[in-house]
Amino acid sequence: MSVSAPAVRPMRIIVCIKQVPKAQELQVDPVTQTLKRVGVPSEINPPDANALEIALTLKDRHGAEVVVLSMGPTSFDESLERAVAMGADRSVLLTDRILGGSDTVPTAYALSETIQKIGGYDLILCGEETTDASTGHVGPGIAGHLDLPQLTYVSEVRLADGKVRARRTAEDGTEWWETAMPSLCTVNFGCNKPRSPTLTGKVRVKRGGVVVHWSCADVGIDPKKVGLLNSPTIVAKVDTVKLPPREGRIFTGEAKEAVRALLEALIRDKVIAP
Amino acid sequence: MERFDAVVVGAGPAGSAAALTLARKGFSTLLVERGRAPGVKGMFGGRIYSWALHDLIPDWAKDCPVERYVVRENMSFLTEDSSLAISFDSPKLREGRAASFTALRPKFDAWLAKKAQDAGAMLVTGIRVDDLWREDGRVRGVAVAPDDHVAADLVVIAEGAASVLVRSAGLKADLEPREVSVGVKETIELPAETIQDRFGLGEKEGAAFIFAGHASLGLRGGGFLYTNQSTLSVGLVVSSEDLARKQIEVADLQTKFRTHPSIQRWIRGGKIVEYSAHLVPELGAGMMPRLWREGVLVVGDAAGFLINNGYTFRGVDLAIASGIAAGEAAEAARAAGGGMTEGNLATYEKFLRSRNVLTDLERFRRAPLFMKNERLFDVYPRMLMEIAERLYTVDGSGKERLFDILLDEVSSAPVPKLRMLLDLLQGARSM
Repeated sequence: MSVSAPAVRPMRIIVCIKQVPKAQELQVDPVTQTLKRVGVPSEINPPDANALEIALTLKDRHGAEVVVLSMGPTSFDESLERAVAMGADRSVLLTDRILGGSDTVPTAYALSETIQKIGGYDLILCGEETTDASTGHVGPGIAGHLDLPQLTYVSEVRLADGKVRARRTAEDGTEWWETAMPSLCTVNFGCNKPRSPTLTGKVRVKRGGVVVHWSCADVGIDPKKVGLLNSPTIVAKVDTVKLPPREGRIFTGEAKEAVRALLEALIRDKVIAP
Repeated sequence: MERFDAVVVGAGPAGSAAALTLARKGFSTLLVERGRAPGVKGMFGGRIYSWALHDLIPDWAKDCPVERYVVRENMSFLTEDSSLAISFDSPKLREGRAASFTALRPKFDAWLAKKAQDAGAMLVTGIRVDDLWREDGRVRGVAVAPDDHVAADLVVIAEGAASVLVRSAGLKADLEPREVSVGVKETIELPAETIQDRFGLGEKEGAAFIFAGHASLGLRGGGFLYTNQSTLSVGLVVSSEDLARKQIEVADLQTKFRTHPSIQRWIRGGKIVEYSAHLVPELGAGMMPRLWREGVLVVGDAAGFLINNGYTFRGVDLAIASGIAAGEAAEAARAAGGGMTEGNLATYEKFLRSRNVLTDLERFRRAPLFMKNERLFDVYPRMLMEIAERLYTVDGSGKERLFDILLDEVSSAPVPKLRMLLDLLQGARSM
């Protein structure tokens, strides 16, 4: 259940983010065939950072309270703090051992319960998918639980007359859609350049209190609906793809001649068109 | 808007010393560092004289990341293939306030910044402060972007040699090539036991070398080598004016220096694990900006606090001492009432003097000019080497007496005798 914004209260935007291993540093455990997550540098899931940038742009233009939400271990504080340093107002981390092993079904349920506890939302933004699992289920799942209109693959959001206007990337072009608030959008990866943290933002983080931790009990999440046992997904097998060996030729000599030889080789091997 | 009593820009030795002193004296203090951690953008030759650290943290030796305590000082004159060295060994070198040690900046700066944090200062990294934040022409804090500023009564500029804030504050005009040298350094990895065996050192003992003459291929400047725990810091400080005039790349110079037989002997078998370069303020007292104005104090390299008198290179000790003096000046200004006015902050000079920062800088005021004498890097080392060669060569061709050798060398030198005498006098007076 949600309430539309009374005039005195600024609009509230909730951005759902996940902390993922840095894309450039991805490593697969050779034994378990799963992603290594410990001891690898992390970042805000890049499409989520694009969603946050849209929220912060709306805050700049219209004034809004931006609340960042995540679910995971307390090491996720790092990304929530970064989000606040970038300009979000506050953040919530749903963290509980019983959530461990949850797939996208319990995750969407747990996040939607948490969003209801935060309450008063006008717009929910999620990344289109995560770079570590790439399902794209969670955003639409939340919209389903909360019974909200949703727009997927959004690259731009404008607000006018209490409505959301969003540009949606379709396979054969772009579409402009309009919907009432509250609503949910999933945001395209790379549709904008997320801003850097500010000095003021970093100082706010250092002063403390910008991340609130909630357990399942705090939110009222049903333990029988979350965790590994309540996740229908079964990972049957994970394979790593071996890259074909590269030839690795170095073209030497006068720069002009070397470039010419390189171009000829690329055309000959049909890497580029003449 | 966020506000503090003081914002310190730059978490190097000067900035962290200032932040630590300010925090201890009860100022709410923000320490802002451009690098992702203190020290990652810092660079220096490799040795710290500890006296100022004694004043700041009396029990510093307990957990300070010391690489090795210097127990041997070496000064070498190089020609193309020979060297003449003076070596000084003494237990006094490692006693009390006179102790000096080698260090690596990422570790040392992180340690000192942590001390400042422990005292209550807030450290923020990964933020480059672009300008002072002003209101009605008065300094009110620091600015990162038009809508991103933090207010403070006092801004301590600790940005290093290429400080933009010093210029923005109107304390100094743009840097000129003659005011700065370029420092380059290679960190060369060797096992700790190899270093100890090769240099004849005990476990925590270290050696410091300064090289003159051919080290810089006749350009004004010199070379250095410091022993760390399991690396060597090997590099050059060279006049940027000469580099530009002679169209020489400093990296090429460093390669030639590193491959000199007298350097090779020490570093052979080692692996270069790091290369870094940095500006070094060169003119000492001759290039100092104004050191304060309303709401602003300048410390460390940003203030030109560096002494190179030919046999000691000092920067970090002066940086730390100036950081302490800045904290003392802020305290005095607060006690005087009326805030961080230009008049109230004028005690900074007094505190710098009582800590011997300005006094030492002024005493060696002539050294930079003398060091600019090109004969020091070319003619004289060659003369010394020829004298040594003639003294120590026994090949049955007849041996000369020392006096005859000296007389012959002096009269055949390409420099007039009177000029030589004047250089000798000037050298003794300025060093």
